[in-house]
Amino acid sequence: MSSFTDEQIKRYSRHIILPEVGGKGQKKINNAKVFCVGAGGLGSPVALYLAAAGVGTIGIIDADVVDLSNLQRQILHATPDLGKPKVESARETLTALNPDLNVVVYKEYLSVDNIMGIIKDYDIVLDGSDNFPTRFLVNDAAYFAKKILISGSIFRFDGQVTTFKHNLETSPCYRCLYPEPPPAGLVPSCQEAGVLGVIAGTVGVLQATEALKEILGAGDSLMGRLIIYDAFDLRFQEVRIHKDPNCPLCGRKPKIKELMAYEQTCHL
Amino acid sequence: MPVKVRIPTPLRRITANQGEVDAEGVTIGGLIEDLEKKYPGLKERLCDETGAIRRFVNIYINEEDIRFMQGKDTSVKDGDEISIIPAIAGGSEV
Repeated sequence: MSSFTDEQIKRYSRHIILPEVGGKGQKKINNAKVFCVGAGGLGSPVALYLAAAGVGTIGIIDADVVDLSNLQRQILHATPDLGKPKVESARETLTALNPDLNVVVYKEYLSVDNIMGIIKDYDIVLDGSDNFPTRFLVNDAAYFAKKILISGSIFRFDGQVTTFKHNLETSPCYRCLYPEPPPAGLVPSCQEAGVLGVIAGTVGVLQATEALKEILGAGDSLMGRLIIYDAFDLRFQEVRIHKDPNCPLCGRKPKIKELMAYEQTCHL
Repeated sequence: MPVKVRIPTPLRRITANQGEVDAEGVTIGGLIEDLEKKYPGLKERLCDETGAIRRFVNIYINEEDIRFMQGKDTSVKDGDEISIIPAIAGGSEV
């Protein structure tokens, strides 16, 4: 406890008082390094709550600037931020919330060429990307780098959350769940775009919760379980994710031995 | 006896906005044929031109993925809940 300042003891008092966290757990949170893929709908609640919780280093990648159509759900950004790079707006919002924080920003697209160099510095990767090529790239890279990946996705009124513990051989990966991305023309996000903004909050906060539990080593991990959130009927459902022995990435005879780029089939 | 099938929101346009529909069949493959009769167009969203279930669509009986059972030949019994869960990729623009 002695290594906390008085201000930190006060700031994190509601954590420290929890027996499951305590001073020791709070220290783990303060020393943790997490990487957020995207400073958008999911990245906003993820980064905000992890910053509030005191996660020491938060890396965020996003190449875009803040657009008016983002503000319906991307709560890292506000109306005065229009036109500003999202990562800069994110940095300002997060450091205003918690000055203890080290925010590392990457104003670029995630690619086969840069992802391994970036994620090597982090303990946990949180995927909030809006497209399948990035989602498969993040999964494959996290697998090769043996990083915990907490995956969240939203679409219309639906959300999905799960954890892939790529640091464990027993963990399934995203390709065990869905072996391949949909081909061009069948991508629903191109044909039937739209999302109820608040769902990004529900799913992102679940991702942030799981990140804190992985940092603390507390509770039951979401590994091997997919949570499906149907906001329209307000139902949470859970299904099992098995490690697929025939998985092209993490199976017994893997076909994918290096990172590959899928073509981006559309931009919203 | 019909079983309940959960329909994800992207496919509810085909099921007249119903999130849960009844279908009859002895196997998952039979259920899909029955659903196609009631809701034409649903099958092509679930299966490719060879009839195989698409690789970005999962079908679960209760909590279990049919790919880890007998796929379309997996038998269905009274009281089972069937869920169709497609891959989704919304979030932010990276």
